[in-house]
Amino acid sequence: MSDHLEDYRPIVGSQVIDELLLLADRVRHRRLQHINSTAVGGGVAEILTRMVPLLRDLGIDTSWDVIKGNEAFFAVTKAFHNALHGGNESISAAMFEVFRETTRMNLDDLSSYGDVVVVHDPQPAGLIARKAEVGGHWLWRCHIDVSTPDPRVWGFLQEHVSQYDASIFSMPDFAQRLSIPQYMVPPSIDPLSDKNRDLTDSEVQAVVERFGLDPERPILTQISRFDRLKDPLGVLAAYRLVRRRHDCQLLLAGGGATDDPEGAEVLKDVQEAARDDPDVHVIELPPFSDLDINALVRGSTVVMQKSVKEGFGLTVTEALWKRKAVIGGAVGGIRLQLLNGVTGFLVHSPEGAANRVVELLGNPALREAVGNAGHEHVKDNFLTTRHIRDYLLLMLAMEHDGTDLSVLATPGARPAS
Amino acid sequence: MTNQQSFLFDTELHLVVLTGIKVHTLVGLRAELHNVPGSSIFMHTHQDYLAHDIERGHHANDFARWVSGALREEALAEKLAAIDLLAFTSIRELRQALIDTIDEYLAVLDRPTSECRPEEAFHFCRSRSFVLPTGLVAENVDDFFRKVATISNASLYFHFFEARLRLGRQTSDFSRWLSDQGRPDLAAEIDRLNPYTRTLDELRRDIVRLGAGAEATR
Repeated sequence: MSDHLEDYRPIVGSQVIDELLLLADRVRHRRLQHINSTAVGGGVAEILTRMVPLLRDLGIDTSWDVIKGNEAFFAVTKAFHNALHGGNESISAAMFEVFRETTRMNLDDLSSYGDVVVVHDPQPAGLIARKAEVGGHWLWRCHIDVSTPDPRVWGFLQEHVSQYDASIFSMPDFAQRLSIPQYMVPPSIDPLSDKNRDLTDSEVQAVVERFGLDPERPILTQISRFDRLKDPLGVLAAYRLVRRRHDCQLLLAGGGATDDPEGAEVLKDVQEAARDDPDVHVIELPPFSDLDINALVRGSTVVMQKSVKEGFGLTVTEALWKRKAVIGGAVGGIRLQLLNGVTGFLVHSPEGAANRVVELLGNPALREAVGNAGHEHVKDNFLTTRHIRDYLLLMLAMEHDGTDLSVLATPGARPAS
Repeated sequence: MTNQQSFLFDTELHLVVLTGIKVHTLVGLRAELHNVPGSSIFMHTHQDYLAHDIERGHHANDFARWVSGALREEALAEKLAAIDLLAFTSIRELRQALIDTIDEYLAVLDRPTSECRPEEAFHFCRSRSFVLPTGLVAENVDDFFRKVATISNASLYFHFFEARLRLGRQTSDFSRWLSDQGRPDLAAEIDRLNPYTRTLDELRRDIVRLGAGAEATR
């Protein structure tokens, strides 16, 4: 990971970096503040850890605050999170009161606000109550899939959200009927993070061998939480169909099973189903395995993400960045990333996945072509630099009226058209 | 963009705005094409041209791609993809052409049209664009062609696509300025370059070649 934007110039190109500098010139007088609910762990903290230093490197006065909450509050927000995802959660009136009480405590606690305040996800959403007093422009950034939210929880949240100047969602499918503008800002990966940075062939081989895989034989890989929605048993079924035609190994690796009863159950089912096959490697990865994950993906021949429901699917982004041929379930953000037949392949069943694997294993040129196209697609659309550009544009959008096209002149230096 | 002497290169950067409007049928698409803002029509017919060439679908606009992929109405998809974008100088005309194409197709269709799966709905988006000066200035025609070789794709896209159709300038900023500089011949040659059949890299290369050719013949 790097704190210096210039380190990204050789990766993304000068056009991208120069555009960021041009935009930063326009918003450097404004203080940007991010507020979320955790400093470490989880996707939002990961994104902010990367972005905040780079925004500062651009000369944007950027702060990052984390709200406080006790165990009861986070149990409530976890239930809200599941309910917003469309899960069947029992939500009581007392839970709403816990949320309100923690919001009141944080409103008292947080004393300093930026000119543009970006509030991430539901947990700190109630801080909008301070807007009337401190002013500024407030944006609510939703990182979660709210395509089919529980109406009661969304209704409660909407009371807060509708007071913001604008909202931000990751995909068109997550758009809501809201009275405020809704921007689309997809998530991103950092090409210089441990999970994505370049590795040498020997580094990759060492990790592959350490996990008991044979680097000389094809490796099919799915690295994902052990969750039924990621369909690991479907991947296993596809692998078995592939084995009729091709020698290969299967790696199913992921974390999240230790503290998740359902995850542990899924892991057990997968282990049971794979028990008699020494070429199937089911591995529970501990936290902080980023470098191992990086090497395992790089050492794979074909990467799968055969989800049956998915938010954005950053595991797909990470594999595409590594020029891997990727086969993914035709759901959620995977559809934005795998342009079928160009940057990867979309499938709807284990049989469909198996057909594509067979095709790819027999055609190294095709693997290379879709891998390269996938890499370019991520470079153009899903890297940290694009994410930063969108935040700078959002700051700019807050300063200008809602017209669809704003022509910005250089003050005092622009001749008449 | 221009004054009498110099050409100021701008660039255009945009955010995607979600309208919250989604449709599942052809009839729904046709109805919303009437209502959505012009920037939505422009975005769904033009965003492919700003994308890297590998990202271009076989139908180079979002409407055609959706009609093909989600509704399986391939003949209509071909007709929508075949709409000659270069023939229009306003979004209003383009919007009407899209609606007319769907109407003509529905008028002769002898079966009901289908509804797509919920997850394949078409989501109307629009763009919120900002045009910024890049600081790059061409002082004369030769200088202009030298500088065109260095501008970003977003800058080229703005002066060619946005300026002509979205800002209603009828032609590209480049041809307009070259005419003002007393070079209608070069302006006409640039007008003959179809930006819809080239990638931005190819378009830039072909413009630069025109300049090199003009210099060689002097």
